[in-house]
Amino acid sequence: MVKQLYGELDVENNKPAIKGLAVKETVEEVLASLEMKMEMSDVSVFYGNFRALAGVSLKIPTQRITAIIGPSGCGKSTLLRSFNRMNDLTPNIRTEGDVLLDSRNIYAPGIDVVDVRRRIGMVFQRPNPFPKSIYDNVAYGPRLYGIRRHSELDEIVEGSLRQAALWEEVKDKLHHSGLALSGGQQQRLCIARALAVEPEVILMDEPASALDPVATLRIEELMHNLVEQYTIVIVTHNMQQAARVSDFTGMMMMRDDRAGELIEFDRTDLIFTRPEDKRTEDYVTGRFG
Amino acid sequence: MTTSTMPAKRQIVFSEARFARRRIVNLIMLGLTGAMALLALVPLIWITTYVILRGGSSINVSFFTQAPRPLGVAGGGVLHAIQGTFILTALAGVFAIPPGVLAAVYAARNPNTPLGIAVRFSTDVLSGVPSIVVGLFGYALIVKTQGHYSALAGGLALAILMLPIVVRTTEEMIKLVPHTLREGSLALGAAEWKTTLRVVLPAAMNGIITGLMLGLARASGETAPLLFTALGNERYDAFRIIKSGIQTGQNPLSILNMLVEQPIDSLPLTLWKYAQQPYPERINQAWGVALVLMAIVLLTNVSAKLWVTRRAGQLKG
Repeated sequence: MVKQLYGELDVENNKPAIKGLAVKETVEEVLASLEMKMEMSDVSVFYGNFRALAGVSLKIPTQRITAIIGPSGCGKSTLLRSFNRMNDLTPNIRTEGDVLLDSRNIYAPGIDVVDVRRRIGMVFQRPNPFPKSIYDNVAYGPRLYGIRRHSELDEIVEGSLRQAALWEEVKDKLHHSGLALSGGQQQRLCIARALAVEPEVILMDEPASALDPVATLRIEELMHNLVEQYTIVIVTHNMQQAARVSDFTGMMMMRDDRAGELIEFDRTDLIFTRPEDKRTEDYVTGRFG
Repeated sequence: MTTSTMPAKRQIVFSEARFARRRIVNLIMLGLTGAMALLALVPLIWITTYVILRGGSSINVSFFTQAPRPLGVAGGGVLHAIQGTFILTALAGVFAIPPGVLAAVYAARNPNTPLGIAVRFSTDVLSGVPSIVVGLFGYALIVKTQGHYSALAGGLALAILMLPIVVRTTEEMIKLVPHTLREGSLALGAAEWKTTLRVVLPAAMNGIITGLMLGLARASGETAPLLFTALGNERYDAFRIIKSGIQTGQNPLSILNMLVEQPIDSLPLTLWKYAQQPYPERINQAWGVALVLMAIVLLTNVSAKLWVTRRAGQLKG
């Protein structure tokens, strides 16, 4: 079962809800007490003349899970992809504003995109293992960075697969194709592949939306273990998932001009129980979206 | 929510006659398409049987192992043409495959750039150029400048014919590779070219191999481009050239040069020449050549298919 991150929410008696944080603390107070891994300030993304993201500012605390929720088409994925400059790959796209990783702007001139993407890993909506063996899938990243020694690669592959809770299932068939695995196993393979280059941040773009409930649960369990070492940002339109796994939640909406904006950011326990914005309340209670 | 918006249920009456008519029309159409499907098989079966019947009698061991003998002398074969076909096809592959695949990678990745559009347009045009014109081009470009016919000129002419097939099939296969695979690699920090080399091309490999085989099969069956380039050479013997090259202590490169600098024969070229001669002996050999040529093309295609299916099976686990 998923480890319960939040205790029972008990506002009156001021019981702790997030790992040692008192309920009465506001999100600003909580964030002030935490270290920030990434900070986004006033980021806008344009596809040609169309503005897809309207000045989003967001803080991602170190070794916490931050969830981004919101209805389809509100720019969640665009937001996530601006964290590791994946948007750069789309033609005619322009990003404005700053995204800081350890206080350095990853959009500044002279920044090595390759290094940014190594430090900020990504897991996609649909499992996308390469048509290679399980071993070669995980070793792909380390090999890119020049690791050739077999003993070293073996160690990385085993370690990454263990971290992704896949080792026991695949240790006897490392040289079988990654495509032969089930959907949930494929997604964990993709997580292992991302872990193999020792990232600091892991971006997850609806990582469980193509999986069955059991596989979803395993991914969520995995996230709880990974957050001990990594900073995680997850985009999801499954609100229960956001509530189950995340410490902080950002709510995104599409404005009338179809640009996405962040309308609310709060502690996950509060956003699902006492949202401040009426639209967030409607969304999390299922009245719309 | 309210029931008033529901349209009234339509009443459709199916009569027995209507059903019967539908069944009959269906049968007629099924029969028609089935008959046409059979008809489409007729040419292939007819040609194959006819070639086997007419050519089978000329096929024996010496047909594959001996050079042609003068008319009236019994025995002799078309070893020179079999060697020539393999050498010409190999040359065509060497000239056409590397640039073709790389051009396809560029066109698939940059479809809307001027160069990408130009590549697609020019391959379309090139695939429509009559093969005899390509032969003339090879003549003007190489035979005229070098002053003699050669296997090299023939290989180049075949390569020009092969190029559009290589580019178009490779491009299509690369485009079929899911975008998410590329992103997976790029998200790990891989450079674009590494992503193409290590992920996209391997994922598209099955289709690319099939396309290359089709291109090679097409090249090995061409006659017209060779008329003014390879010309034909009944005295060509690759084994003798290699042996004498080794005996005189030549390095591999100059042996290779000796192999391709002189005129060469090929199976289709031999078939064309033999079939024009008024001697029944040669006509029979022409049928034999046709059979060998067909067998080679068929074998290439079947082995490519087998290899691809086996590989696909391995990848799916």
